[in-house]
Amino acid sequence: MNIFWEQVGSGLVTGGIYASVALALVMIYQATHQVNFAQGEMAMFSTYIAWSMIHAGLPYWVAFVLTVLISFVGGVVIERVIIRPVENAPVLSVVVVFIGLLVIFNSLAGWIYTYTIKSFPSPFPSQPLFGFRYVSPHGIGAIGVTLVVLVLLYAFFRFTPLGLAMRAAAQNPASARLVGIRVGWMLALGWGLAAAVGAVAGMMVAPIVYLDPNMMSGVLLYAFAAALLGGIDSPGGAVLGGFIVGVLENLVGAYVIGNDLKLSLALVLIVGVLIVKPAGLFGKTLVTRV
Amino acid sequence: MAALLSAAKLEAFYGPTQVLHGLSFDMQEGSITTLLGANGAGKTTTLRAVCAMIRTRGEISFDGQRIDARGTEDIVRLGIAHVPDGRGTFVHLSTEENLRLGGYTRRDRHAVAADIERMYEYFPRLRERRRQQAGTLSGGEQQMLAIARALMLKPRLLLLDEPSFGLAPLIVGQIFDIMRTINQKEKVAILLVEQNAAMALELADHVYLLETGRIVISGDAEAIRNDDSVRRSYLGY
Amino acid sequence: MDANTTAIATRARFLNARLAGWVALAVLSCALPFVISSYHTFQVTMVLVYAIALLGLNMLTGYNGQISLGHGAFYALGAYTAAILMNSLNVPYWATLPASAGVCLVAGFLFGLPALRLEGLYLALATFALGVTMPPLLKYKALDAVTGGVQGIVIIKPDPPFGLPVNQDQWLYFFTLVIAIVLFLLARNLLHGRVGRALIAIRDQPIAAEAMGVNSAIYKSLTFGVSAMYTGIAGALGAIAVQFVAPDSFDIFLSISFLVGSVIGGISSIAGAVFGGAFIVFIPNIASQISKAAPWAIYGVFLIGFMYLMPGGVVAFLRIALAWATRRFRK
Repeated sequence: MNIFWEQVGSGLVTGGIYASVALALVMIYQATHQVNFAQGEMAMFSTYIAWSMIHAGLPYWVAFVLTVLISFVGGVVIERVIIRPVENAPVLSVVVVFIGLLVIFNSLAGWIYTYTIKSFPSPFPSQPLFGFRYVSPHGIGAIGVTLVVLVLLYAFFRFTPLGLAMRAAAQNPASARLVGIRVGWMLALGWGLAAAVGAVAGMMVAPIVYLDPNMMSGVLLYAFAAALLGGIDSPGGAVLGGFIVGVLENLVGAYVIGNDLKLSLALVLIVGVLIVKPAGLFGKTLVTRV
Repeated sequence: MAALLSAAKLEAFYGPTQVLHGLSFDMQEGSITTLLGANGAGKTTTLRAVCAMIRTRGEISFDGQRIDARGTEDIVRLGIAHVPDGRGTFVHLSTEENLRLGGYTRRDRHAVAADIERMYEYFPRLRERRRQQAGTLSGGEQQMLAIARALMLKPRLLLLDEPSFGLAPLIVGQIFDIMRTINQKEKVAILLVEQNAAMALELADHVYLLETGRIVISGDAEAIRNDDSVRRSYLGY
Repeated sequence: MDANTTAIATRARFLNARLAGWVALAVLSCALPFVISSYHTFQVTMVLVYAIALLGLNMLTGYNGQISLGHGAFYALGAYTAAILMNSLNVPYWATLPASAGVCLVAGFLFGLPALRLEGLYLALATFALGVTMPPLLKYKALDAVTGGVQGIVIIKPDPPFGLPVNQDQWLYFFTLVIAIVLFLLARNLLHGRVGRALIAIRDQPIAAEAMGVNSAIYKSLTFGVSAMYTGIAGALGAIAVQFVAPDSFDIFLSISFLVGSVIGGISSIAGAVFGGAFIVFIPNIASQISKAAPWAIYGVFLIGFMYLMPGGVVAFLRIALAWATRRFRK
């Protein structure tokens, strides 16, 4: 039974990370109806930036905040400079651009930082808190950070004028322009936020899986599965989906198919969701009029 | 007196297709002008052209400034509010959020809150539904919401596209009464596109009649109302 | 000469030009392996192999509007089928082609059945998952005896038959060339006829197509199957040419390369597949030459640049350029 709760515990930790990346994916999807295939690599690159700062002697939380800010600006710049020119191109061309980004980030990371695995520090104490043995202290900290980020985002979108404007721009860009919202910049902001959230996710997962340029590809796949499971246009669903996928992954890996094939769970989940309920648990089912 | 809005040789395109062929018209401050014409005449297109929602050639000026080269968001900030055909409501947001978005560009938070209250006075039905999702409002209520949202901008010019569309005659009458009130109390000029020519002529000061992207008749609303031949051949009654 | 005769003469000249073009191409392709090195011959063979794979993908994406980010998996399936047959059962290399074709046809059809319901991005995600899952599946310990595990399987290069006076690389080139031509002709007949029109109808107006009696369910699954089959045949040919299969050669980057090559070449054309194949084979090399340290970064820049300049792909770009040039010279 101990093993079960351990698996659930670490599943919640990784689930929180999947939830964050899934949220970033959903945010960009809601605003642009595009899936950002490069989300994982951007998060990985941000984590490397944090690593360089920590290595240069900066205290952890200073590096953390700086990385989040840099990632935010980076996301905004990428949207304005690289994505905007192909806004109206066919879907496939946009997918290729995302793939180009993915490849560039992956390769740059490998070039600048080499492919040797690096360890990434955790800001949380290494002794188990209150003797709680099912989740490591870093795990609890990671879940905590994830929840804080999610709550902040929720509050931002729900209660601030800018958040309202971003929601409006995503739902109905034409009407948003008619009330004076600069829709292009709202898109860029969305990208910035998604990049920042991704950076947090990367910094939380790196201590667990160690830092290397391919760190995020598995995470990205699980995040896709989570976003689909929750509903690709439901932020709350994406978060819940993330936790579910995290726990499921660990339980299935421990009890059913072994760790090697864990990734295929993501495939099964994705295909399964898409067949049974394409809108996901909380997404809006689209009924098209013939 | 200089015109509030004027257009000279305005052409408009949907992609490669030209839809407006050299329109020239103007509007005075505080006046109500209506664009009439059959389906496809280019009335909605004209409103879209003013707001730069489509590609145009030619000159458009608002309050003495050229606006034809600017983007929609900038034009709106100069004081032009557009209620598009289909209302353009943010259907997933609440009624009150829709109104707040109308005031998005304004800096004075308290005045915006006060204006939201004023909108509820003009349209009491909206106050009852303030927290309700806007997409669940009835057609008439959504039209009222769309107009209220536009007014939140404190515009000098209000572009209204077919406000009577799909609404019961009673509601249409109410909406037209409100428009008259708004024009008189708030001194907002109104450029109205309407299929319902009779009601539009009652409201307006000036009329332009469009046919396949050109103005064929321009004149005083009163004169057109009393001109049987024009009414019969162009307006069908 | 009156207008009619001029028109006929112009058309005759045009047809003659096209014929001359095809003849030149035929001569060039036959002479090629004798004037370039073995390594370059191998590279051109791989261009043809990838062109076949891309043809499969184009059928799916260009003609039927379904996006696949997982065709690397079918390529792997075809490659491993060929390798296992040759290695464990001593099947001659040419007989592995129909086997790979059959396996991938069935696998593709089976994947296509549930995939029917998925549109655009959702299908892309599902196939992305398929592409990512392939290497771990191939490395699965329980299948090691058959798949050779992480080490993979080594294949012996076939000798030219009947003692023909060509070396192994040249023979493989001609073998692949013939297969490629046959497959291209088959695709052309399929796609330019009734089947092709049905596919395009399903892509552009699915509801109207159904209403007109096109059984889109069967068509979509079959398209997936045939598309997988083409890519599987390419996989077998590729395995024979490279003489080696290993799980990590068939990772998600392969599927990504296919999609990229397809879009770059032009997804709705057969000629585009060849351009795409050339892109996949040669651009990474060029990128490595530009930057030893981060070749993929340069590759990514190329990709983005291509999409800005030619969003419709090389073939579309060439068509526009040709049309522009003919208009200018006609004056």
